Amino acid sequence: MSRDTALVSADWAEKNLDAPGVVFVEVDEDTTAYDGGHIPGAVKIDWKQDLQDPVRRDFVNQEQFSALLSERGIGNDDKVVLYGGNNNWFAAYAYWYFKLYGHRDVVLLDGGRKKWELDARPYSKDVPSRAKTSYTASAPDLSIRAFRDEVVQAIGVKNLVDVRSPDEFAGRLLAPAHLPQEQSQRAGHIPTAISVPWSKAANEDGTFKSDDELGKIYGEAGLDGSKDTIAYCRIGERSSHTWFVLKELLGQQNVKNYDGSWTEYGSLIGVPIALGDEPGKA
Amino acid sequence: MTSPNIAAGCAAPDQSAPLPASVDLEKETVITGFVNTADGEAVGGAYVRLLDSSGEFTAEVVTSPEGVFRFFAAPGSWTLRALSRAGNGELTVDVTRGVNEVALSVAAA
Repeated sequence: MSRDTALVSADWAEKNLDAPGVVFVEVDEDTTAYDGGHIPGAVKIDWKQDLQDPVRRDFVNQEQFSALLSERGIGNDDKVVLYGGNNNWFAAYAYWYFKLYGHRDVVLLDGGRKKWELDARPYSKDVPSRAKTSYTASAPDLSIRAFRDEVVQAIGVKNLVDVRSPDEFAGRLLAPAHLPQEQSQRAGHIPTAISVPWSKAANEDGTFKSDDELGKIYGEAGLDGSKDTIAYCRIGERSSHTWFVLKELLGQQNVKNYDGSWTEYGSLIGVPIALGDEPGKA
Repeated sequence: MTSPNIAAGCAAPDQSAPLPASVDLEKETVITGFVNTADGEAVGGAYVRLLDSSGEFTAEVVTSPEGVFRFFAAPGSWTLRALSRAGNGELTVDVTRGVNEVALSVAAA
């Protein structure tokens, strides 16, 4: 993968709003943004309602994902252009998801909603009606998803990249600062994880930095290119953003997203936790 | 530039969005306020980011149609930076536990 195949610009998007076989999908945590105006023709996916299992603590399975995309009128051969708020966090999460379930042609809109807004590009409140499809998701590709036992075993062995803010990494905050801080889990980070906040990878307008800049950022932070990598955050959405950078833009092999992230790890009994600004020892 | 805490300073009316009842102000440090233009017009849809004392990104929210934003932070010094169609603006604040109200102006570069 590379920038050319994983990312489209706002200019490209505006020129291809009506292109056949191209489906724009807005993915958000707060879907009122979509309801108040979205990229013309875009359908919405609600991160919580649509992508999480309503009962089990997990995301939707292969059948549920197939049903969701069929219902939204997305076909296996469509080019899916994902975008959203929060600097594309949830769009990146959905991208990872589309990849996990084997969608062939999926891209992120560089800059997401923010770039679109700041460029003063058009919005629409019309909800498009798309004919239903019969989408078939592939079996989940678990080479890009990390689970907790694997994460514990990766301490001191693989690259662990904590992409939360420095204060969350150190244990001074438990959640991103736009959310209340009341949480059940312990504060801190996984020992030996390096701290590279997701935001290092993005420009102020939400677009991704250049490949040269990105390579330098992770290199200087101590990411070892010869090792496998697991990225995590609090709930797995910001780390999808970094997973996207490492795997899809920089083309690094063997990068996994740990979607259980700190809400799971910080609640586990008996696992090691490091406090403070340093990675800590294995 | 450091701005005085409005709530403490000039008793401006509370224009912030109501806080959820579950938020414990004994524990939370809330930074809230509104983005406006030099003419005092509210700027909805502005992107406001919270940067820590080292300038590192901590959070970002979009203002409501009334220009309101809100963060849950920690006591200390923070920088607020707004980007919008109406222009950009920046402000450094020192906050304490409880609700801290600030006003952030934007202007075209």
